[in-house]
Amino acid sequence: MATTLPDATKTAPGLSARILDSDVFYSFRKSPLTMLAALVTLVCFSGALLAPWIAPHNPFDLGSLNLLDASRPPVWIEDSDPRFLLGTDNQGRDVLSTIMYGARVSLLVGFASVIFAMVLGVTLGLISGYVGGAVDAVIMRIADVQLSFPAILIALLIDGILRAAFSHQLHDQFALYVLILSVGLSYWVQYARTVRGSTLVEKNKEYVQAARVIGVHPIRLLFSHILPNVIGPVLVIATINLALAIITEATLSFLGVGMPPTKPSLGTLINVGNDFLMSGEWWITIFPGLALVLMALSVNLLGDWLRDALNPKLRVTR
Amino acid sequence: MIAFIIRRLLQSVLVMLAVAFVAFALFTYVGDPIAIMLGQEFTEQDRARISAELGLDQPFFVQFARFVGNAVQGDFGLSYRLARPVEELLLERLPATLELSLVAAFFALLVGLPLGVYTGLNRDSWLSRVFLTVSLIGVSLPTFLIGILLIYVFSVEVNWFPSFGRGETVQLGWWSTGFLTVSGLRSLILPSITLGLFQLTLIMRLVRAEMLEVLRTDYIKFARARGLSNRAVHFGHALKNTLVPVITITGLQLGAIIAFAIITETVFQWPGMGYLFIQSVYFADVPVMAAYLCLVAFFFVAINLIVDLLYYAVDPRLRVDRAISGGH
Repeated sequence: MATTLPDATKTAPGLSARILDSDVFYSFRKSPLTMLAALVTLVCFSGALLAPWIAPHNPFDLGSLNLLDASRPPVWIEDSDPRFLLGTDNQGRDVLSTIMYGARVSLLVGFASVIFAMVLGVTLGLISGYVGGAVDAVIMRIADVQLSFPAILIALLIDGILRAAFSHQLHDQFALYVLILSVGLSYWVQYARTVRGSTLVEKNKEYVQAARVIGVHPIRLLFSHILPNVIGPVLVIATINLALAIITEATLSFLGVGMPPTKPSLGTLINVGNDFLMSGEWWITIFPGLALVLMALSVNLLGDWLRDALNPKLRVTR
Repeated sequence: MIAFIIRRLLQSVLVMLAVAFVAFALFTYVGDPIAIMLGQEFTEQDRARISAELGLDQPFFVQFARFVGNAVQGDFGLSYRLARPVEELLLERLPATLELSLVAAFFALLVGLPLGVYTGLNRDSWLSRVFLTVSLIGVSLPTFLIGILLIYVFSVEVNWFPSFGRGETVQLGWWSTGFLTVSGLRSLILPSITLGLFQLTLIMRLVRAEMLEVLRTDYIKFARARGLSNRAVHFGHALKNTLVPVITITGLQLGAIIAFAIITETVFQWPGMGYLFIQSVYFADVPVMAAYLCLVAFFFVAINLIVDLLYYAVDPRLRVDRAISGGH
């Protein structure tokens, strides 16, 4: 592969020009599916983030709800109301608005749990790889055991334990944190294993030895010398895990052990709407489901693309 | 070989002990069993008496040893919610979960294998592309949404299959089976499709990848050069060699199916162990949670152990690898 080294004598181009000129951006432009996924992700994320400002209604403002508006179908079906694009649920809440607010909660839990899992996994992986010995053995055996069970089971279990520890009222208050903790704890293993592997390689390199010789503190050595060199693959895992975390959260909420109906996430909305499926009011549950799938699928596609784009081995064959 | 078996057995026992420890910690630190048993009003003497009766005044490790001893004999105490022995509750619901899981696994294997072979042999046909795209979407759909969609289409819109429950069951000793009645079989269809779909796509992709790999090898070229028919090459030579990993993965996935049955059972209100577990999580019914945890962990460990041993017996290359790497 003939690569031209960057010419150091040239003046450094601006950041935007460098991004536009990069391999990663090139592979992005060459893949229409990725561009579509990015667009969908952008729409979903901004719809969720800006919900309080752009949602057509505020579904949690009880004063604005009217039971006469309850169970209206989407606008393209008879007996609908043009004010409610995707119809209303049994309490007269606008389905589109509840989805936007729900996606906000789903994304919050998704991002927070991924960050939690990443920090935990990377820290344990660094320690495991660098210290080695008994510490390494203990951490990796725990990881092995956890990896032999599906993540959803681990998340359910942690959720169940925390639920049993709190009383019911208290639990509704802390549901968000309980979810972040249980989803995060069920996905740390992959980060730990990846980081441990690359730390084992990095720790014998000369720059680490040099740093050790001049007496850099081990913690500083780990986090400011080794960490930047092992973080690349971690970010790819994080992107793919974001979709997984969103789905896991939705599953827990759907099972009734996640977000309470007073602060619904997409999973809670699907769970609540599920009761009305039998009476033919499909839009209450199908639209949140659709939003969930679109979000998870497009984030997944972005993660796949990122993995391929950042992997130079795959680039050669293209 | 014997050293390997002993090492794996020891590992399994250790994992089970670790899980039992988590389950025991649940009992000890979550909730207060004495307060639950005595209700609102009790004196310190009552508390001390019950505490001695239950052995809660004993040292931690003595209590843990007794918990493990009881658990091995299948005694997990009374359910807080239903006030019945936990092992009885689980045993009642075990057949429902096992039947559902088995049907789902067979469905995944019987449909996934031919699809994988087809997409492996005809990698450029449009039908293969359709299968692969659909499988990608299938992987992205969460299990509970697939269930909801199936219920909406096949129970609400066209009313072909029931949307919840097991239908009529027949009692064979303590085992209740849905295989022997029409309504029982009809009730099995939607849940087992929901449960098996993910595994189906997994098996299909695995078989496809393995087929593509094997078809490139020299012995396949040689078989073609000998003038064997396509059929003999594809099924007699190629497929056979893809089966070892497929069997392994299917075996390992059986554990995942039993775990994912929690979701499917909740969607279809299937009276199995998973549904019981979710309800016990909801009501903080610690004994049921602990027992379910131990039981599922046991399934997982047993399946892992069996698959490992089978693999070791079936694939001689593994033995050589282990010898070279110093039995790591």
